[in-house]
Amino acid sequence: MRLLNRSAARISRHRRGPVVGLVALLLGLLLSGGLYTAFAPAQAGEQAQSDEELVDTGRKLFLAGCSSCHGQNAEGLSTVRDGSLKGPPLVGVGAAAVDFQVGTGRMPMARPEQQAPRKEVAYNEDEVKALAAYVASLAPGPAIPTEEDYSIDGLTGTQREEAIVRGGQIFLTNCTACHNFNGSGGAMPRGGYAPKLTGVDEKYIYEAMLTGPQAMPTFSNGNLSPEEKRDVIAYLKTIETQPEYGGFGLGGLGPVSEGLFAWLLGIGGLVGFAIWIAAHTTRTTLTPPIEKGAEA
Amino acid sequence: MIEPGNDDAITPGHDRTPVVSEEPIVNPGLPAHQWRPTDVDPRLEKRAERQVAAMFVLSMICGVLFVVAYFTLEIGDNFDTVIGLGASTVALGLALGGALLFIGIGIIQWARKLMGDHEIMEMRHPAASSAEDREETLAALSLGADESGIARRPLIRNTMLGSLGLLGLPAVVLLRDLGPSNAQIVDSEAGTGLQHTIWKQGMRLVRDVLGTPIKASDLELGDLVNAAPEALFPTEENGYDEIEGVPLQVQKAKSSIIIVKMEPDKIKPGKGRENWSFDGLICYSKICTHVGCPISLYERTTHHVLCPCHQSTFDLADSAKVIFGPAHRPLPQLPMAVDAEGYLIAQSDFTEPVGASYWEREKQ
Repeated sequence: MRLLNRSAARISRHRRGPVVGLVALLLGLLLSGGLYTAFAPAQAGEQAQSDEELVDTGRKLFLAGCSSCHGQNAEGLSTVRDGSLKGPPLVGVGAAAVDFQVGTGRMPMARPEQQAPRKEVAYNEDEVKALAAYVASLAPGPAIPTEEDYSIDGLTGTQREEAIVRGGQIFLTNCTACHNFNGSGGAMPRGGYAPKLTGVDEKYIYEAMLTGPQAMPTFSNGNLSPEEKRDVIAYLKTIETQPEYGGFGLGGLGPVSEGLFAWLLGIGGLVGFAIWIAAHTTRTTLTPPIEKGAEA
Repeated sequence: MIEPGNDDAITPGHDRTPVVSEEPIVNPGLPAHQWRPTDVDPRLEKRAERQVAAMFVLSMICGVLFVVAYFTLEIGDNFDTVIGLGASTVALGLALGGALLFIGIGIIQWARKLMGDHEIMEMRHPAASSAEDREETLAALSLGADESGIARRPLIRNTMLGSLGLLGLPAVVLLRDLGPSNAQIVDSEAGTGLQHTIWKQGMRLVRDVLGTPIKASDLELGDLVNAAPEALFPTEENGYDEIEGVPLQVQKAKSSIIIVKMEPDKIKPGKGRENWSFDGLICYSKICTHVGCPISLYERTTHHVLCPCHQSTFDLADSAKVIFGPAHRPLPQLPMAVDAEGYLIAQSDFTEPVGASYWEREKQ
């Protein structure tokens, strides 16, 4: 296209006739339109790529980006040094696990380690889909949830409220041990941590429960039903938008941040006042005309 | 009280002031007093006076503002009018805080700028009473002892000591009966007492909060279920008696469990516990054996469960042995089986007391 434009520009520069420019423009438009019709059907065919082709694309992406840790057939690799897993086998983890791990940027990891931190996503949406299709083709596993699975939009007002209350109870029983009562996350053994749940896409929360990323236990559909998972998400989204009734939340981290606040600002302020009270006032070398306080 | 540098104020000889011994270096006393600008310049003095008064006036304004805010600002659902906080809350807090703070600042400024600040010195006096007083008191005491004859009449002395000592006995009995002892309430049938819970043979394991039974075949590898006994969720269908109030809380606190599913070959069954787990499903008390915190920080990859209170770590694949932290005993394991419909049931109560240690624990 740029070449075409450039030649059109050259024509119009050399022959300054207005008609010639117009003709060139028309020709250019015709040509590009023709080219589009020639290539467009091919692209549409690629869009409606068959599952098989999607799996094939995914396999190529997998071999290039994932196999160094997970093995060429996603069978998992152990380290030579102590036999611990470098990358776990991905047979049977399902499309949901791939969508979560790659879609949130956790995979590919910079190096095998305890925590897979959330970071910039390395693959685009189509590539994630292809990778998910490939891993799903290895063995049956949980599929990527749809919006119907985690949205409470279809419920009436009271149903919605009930769902949020139930979700809160389930959350407080099953999730708060690691993720904190406010979903702010928490520390785990050996340098790991449970990530915070605020600002996370509903789909990814659902997938995390379904697949149990890294050390997290799974909450499969036989453990918590899809409706119960939906309710947990509804509760999490509700507390995210709730105003802080009791003043600043301080990250919802509980006594640690609150105590730190009290120590630094409360006691710090008192120390400041104490210093002010005890500090020397300005003095002068002059003496008052009549000595006050001489009787002291 | 003495003037700085004036040693003559100490009058030796009076028995309540220390005798000044000859010092190798002469006491230089306090340096000469230096005046503050406000002591010297009447203009500055007036200004400081106005500053202090202004602080007190500001405090008054804050006090009035507090009352105004209390009656005018709406207390309700407007929780986020001022930087995410309620207008009424912020106004009341700032006004009352300001009213107190300005009084404080005013007083500090007053003391620093206007109140007399001449350095003074006060000599320390001996803390003991004078020898005279001491002798008198001792004489009075021994006279009292003589007249009462406590040394000469051992019968009275001993019976008095006995009566006073015995007064502690009613206190001990009363304190002991403030609550029933463990021995009085223990009942394996009702699941009461420290060594029993409500778990019984054939009781279903249900999801905590939800109360739904758990089908063994529904669970998948890596699952963690926070569960409870079915008896805590009575319905007409299951026919358990309704319990509520304190007994319910006590049972909940003792009988909470976690069920995890791992690869069956990963489980190293304890001695005599070979048939306590089912197809990789294994069930333990949720109550930490250190001081009884509920624990469910489970790591699927390592089969470790961690107590958030003091970081005790238990290996659930190996009879919940303690692998780190202050806990002394493994988590009690609940013998588990599957009923005819495929739901998880208990084979019996826990075979040892759950939770923290207590005195008579090892005597059972």
